[in-house]
Amino acid sequence: MLYLQLFISFFKIGLFGFGGGLAILSLIQMEVEQYGWMSQQEFVDIVAVSQVTPGPIGINCATYVGYTTAGIWGSLLATTAIILPSLIIMLSICKAYFWLSQRFQGNPYFEQTLRMLRFTVIGLIASAALMLIKPTNFIDPISWIIFGVVAFFTVLPEIVNSQFTIHNSQFGKIINLASHPILLIVLAGLAGYCIYR
Amino acid sequence: MLPLIQREVVDRKRWIDEEEYLNMIALAQAAPGLIAVNSAIFIGWRVGGWRGVCGAVLGAVLPSFLIILAIAMVFSDWKELPAVEAAFKGIRPAVVALIAAPLFKLAKSALKNSEFRIQHTDFRALYLLISLAAALLIWLGGVNPVWVILATIVLTIVAISIQQSAFRKKK
Repeated sequence: MLYLQLFISFFKIGLFGFGGGLAILSLIQMEVEQYGWMSQQEFVDIVAVSQVTPGPIGINCATYVGYTTAGIWGSLLATTAIILPSLIIMLSICKAYFWLSQRFQGNPYFEQTLRMLRFTVIGLIASAALMLIKPTNFIDPISWIIFGVVAFFTVLPEIVNSQFTIHNSQFGKIINLASHPILLIVLAGLAGYCIYR
Repeated sequence: MLPLIQREVVDRKRWIDEEEYLNMIALAQAAPGLIAVNSAIFIGWRVGGWRGVCGAVLGAVLPSFLIILAIAMVFSDWKELPAVEAAFKGIRPAVVALIAAPLFKLAKSALKNSEFRIQHTDFRALYLLISLAAALLIWLGGVNPVWVILATIVLTIVAISIQQSAFRKKK
């Protein structure tokens, strides 16, 4: 039964995961919470691990949830389930590539739907972040300082690049490096270690 | 991830050319599922049919799978260590920031690629109400994101149908 639930949940996540990476988080969160497979805290922890390890977040979450709920077979099943919709849909697209490109390129229904989905995906990502703003993740005012600093450094290249064109300059490279998620997570971990130890 | 794919597949191995690469990105993003896996399927199919797909998908998935499996096996023990627990107290708010911060950039590029004018006045920003509604429905309403995605697809198709039939009547 558990195996079936795992399979259905991750198949659903793969089937409706538009917009990649972060957009898929809110889907995973909803499924995982519904069955009590993971606590909010555990979910954040695995997202953190996903950010510092290579590979797609969806695969990482599927493997992790599968393992913690049903062992190695569970992790294999969940990971297979999340890529199965991709396999079916992308292979159909590849096989009917020319037929599809003639019909769908410039089709107002298709293109407008994709455009609107981008706005929905923004809402999905926002909800994933909002759902994680809880006392278990933000234990004291220092948490908010860490949140602010990391958010600032993440949007910094965006702000700087829109003001000046410094993409390739030395300064731009330093800014891009300082906004790297792996670096930010490692620094936040070090800060946590020093403060809460 | 995408710049890495481009360098390996287009520049080094020359499995597909620049134009096909751009088509691939568009398809991989339009289709549901993970973009990296979708890209792997497209390239695998182009290069070697079924066998190519198997190889490319395994290549895209296996490293993450093995790394996370190894971490999952030891993580529950490590988590109890005071040092690790302390580090994660600092990491958790950082992760929430990493999820939230790209919203700014995403909203900007989504707005850039859309259009909504009524008599020369730009109403594009209204599209962000869709994002707001989606976020509130999921966050406060507890609605499953699947329904929000399906509703977006259905409502967009209905809206365009109405728009086009009105347009035809005018003619």
